[in-house]
Amino acid sequence: MFYREAGDFKTSYEQDSQTFPIKFDRYRYYAVLVAAFAVVPFVINDYWVNAVFLPFLIYSIAAIGLNILVGYCGQVSLGTGGFMAVGAYASYKLMTAFPEVSIFFHIILAGGVTSIVCVLFGLPSLRIKGFYLAVATLAAQFFLVWLFNRVGWFYNYSASGQITAPERSVFGVAITGAANPPWSAYLFCLVFTVAAAIIARNLTRGMAGRKWMAIRDMDIAAEIIGVNPLKAKLTAFAVSGFFVGISGALFFAVYLGAVEVGEAFGINKSFLVLFMVIIGGLGSIFGSFAGAAFLVLLPVLLKNTLVGGLGWPTDLAAHLEFIIVGALIIIFLIAEPHGLAQLWRVAKEKLRLWPFPH
Amino acid sequence: MLDQTQGYTTEDGRKIGGVVMEMKNITLRFGGVVAIKDISFDIRQGEIRAIIGPNGAGKSSMLNVISGFYHPQEGEVWYQGARRPPMKPYQVAQQGIARTFQNIALFEGMTVLDNVMTGRIREMKAGLFAQAIWKGRAEREEVANREVVEKVIDFLEIQHIRKTPVGRLPYGLKKRVELARALAAEPSILLLDEPMAGMNVEEKEDMSRFILDVNDEFGTTIALIEHDMGVVMDLSDRVVVMDYGKKIGDGTPDEVRNNQDVIDAYLGVAHD
Repeated sequence: MFYREAGDFKTSYEQDSQTFPIKFDRYRYYAVLVAAFAVVPFVINDYWVNAVFLPFLIYSIAAIGLNILVGYCGQVSLGTGGFMAVGAYASYKLMTAFPEVSIFFHIILAGGVTSIVCVLFGLPSLRIKGFYLAVATLAAQFFLVWLFNRVGWFYNYSASGQITAPERSVFGVAITGAANPPWSAYLFCLVFTVAAAIIARNLTRGMAGRKWMAIRDMDIAAEIIGVNPLKAKLTAFAVSGFFVGISGALFFAVYLGAVEVGEAFGINKSFLVLFMVIIGGLGSIFGSFAGAAFLVLLPVLLKNTLVGGLGWPTDLAAHLEFIIVGALIIIFLIAEPHGLAQLWRVAKEKLRLWPFPH
Repeated sequence: MLDQTQGYTTEDGRKIGGVVMEMKNITLRFGGVVAIKDISFDIRQGEIRAIIGPNGAGKSSMLNVISGFYHPQEGEVWYQGARRPPMKPYQVAQQGIARTFQNIALFEGMTVLDNVMTGRIREMKAGLFAQAIWKGRAEREEVANREVVEKVIDFLEIQHIRKTPVGRLPYGLKKRVELARALAAEPSILLLDEPMAGMNVEEKEDMSRFILDVNDEFGTTIALIEHDMGVVMDLSDRVVVMDYGKKIGDGTPDEVRNNQDVIDAYLGVAHD
């Protein structure tokens, strides 16, 4: 009743291979887009932007990037934090070196730089698989953080070792720095998130995605039908790096404003994004959003109920938050190993029949 | 006797063309084990060529040599009139040789349609940027190749499971999907490694019919390995028999059936 596909006929292959083949899905997607672009910016305040929307949008991009690598191509990576740092430092260097260029291009270029770095660290994937590759990418994580900590050139030899985003604006509206209105940062990130999702979806429903999934599901069979494993894996690393780099750049420039690499882009970040991907659902763009939303919203929700609602001391609530989030993750993985995206799929199957299940 | 350029006519009147692929004195060793010993044979345009032999005779190794998984220590592979340098499996595939596996090698997480679409990889060359925006070449290729794939899907009668993830399908259908994927590539040679392994009589009949139809309608050259002698003798135009890595027979099913070495290999004979 709420979800119908009967009577929704396709008369061409273009229609059949579109992103949302079912009319209902398509309209809901447009509705969400309209709400995100035209409604949310007017009602949003500083707290909501910084606690919920910015982290959600930025982590979504990172999760999409990692999902392409882990969920679609089957190459486990623990280097996400390090690659986000590459994006952050690349955007910082570009912003300080070319202040006259729009920050928009800096962010995209930062993604490109990260993409190259990611490909370099992806080269071992040709020889090593699974856990061993995970360890190799872990090396990337530690090496990159060390590099940005030690080499002064990356942080322009600032005394604190931190990088601070200079004030930049797009179309005359401040995006970074202290003076920006909350909606500008939100809209700026939203544009990148929507573009990332559309690009990722286009790639994964086309031949690039099929090659990645073929490598993931059975690399020998992929090779036998003509997939060049080197090219397929490295394009996955490149595309993944591009998105992760953009998210790192946004995380630094728009969200935090000032960054100390070990704190902001440590191994914790790698695991956080990996959890988002696993909880959200491997091999699903929607899952990336769901996972990011889950892990961004849950702590906020817990904090608000425990501290705000029940009046507990902040430190106790913070510790409890760890326990609850950790336990939820475990329960979740046992109950639904395919993530939120699978739950959503099951819900849709049920809704299709509701309220007449027979 | 057979001629290099001239073909021959089969019993049922099909014209078989010249040599497409020729194996010349192939020897393949794994350390001290000789898997294939000095074997030569050819595959002709449009024929169904079977490779048979008892377990461990080296049949699958032979197929793996053709598809580029193994590189023989001695001997040459000639393909379409030229000697083929050692190449990787994906390069062999790009030359138009498709194959199926003894134990199904499908992409379990993908739908049937996506699996079969991967077979069109040779034809889909749109760049990453075109694919990212889903415009121009990427979209045109997607639709054009979908049409070819749909024909194959129709041909093998798997329309109803088009959008089903392969992991959910029963064994017999998986085998058919794998054949569809290989066919979608429009190969010049189709290698089938035990296409009927583990099937019941009905499924075997279906599969045999598909193999004959493929050969008949598309004129595809087929090389297959199979254990079911009834099937092999019925389907194939010429048969290579292997035993312990050596070739012990080569000819039409009737010739092979009456070959004393072949009978010995299958029924057993006292080894001194």
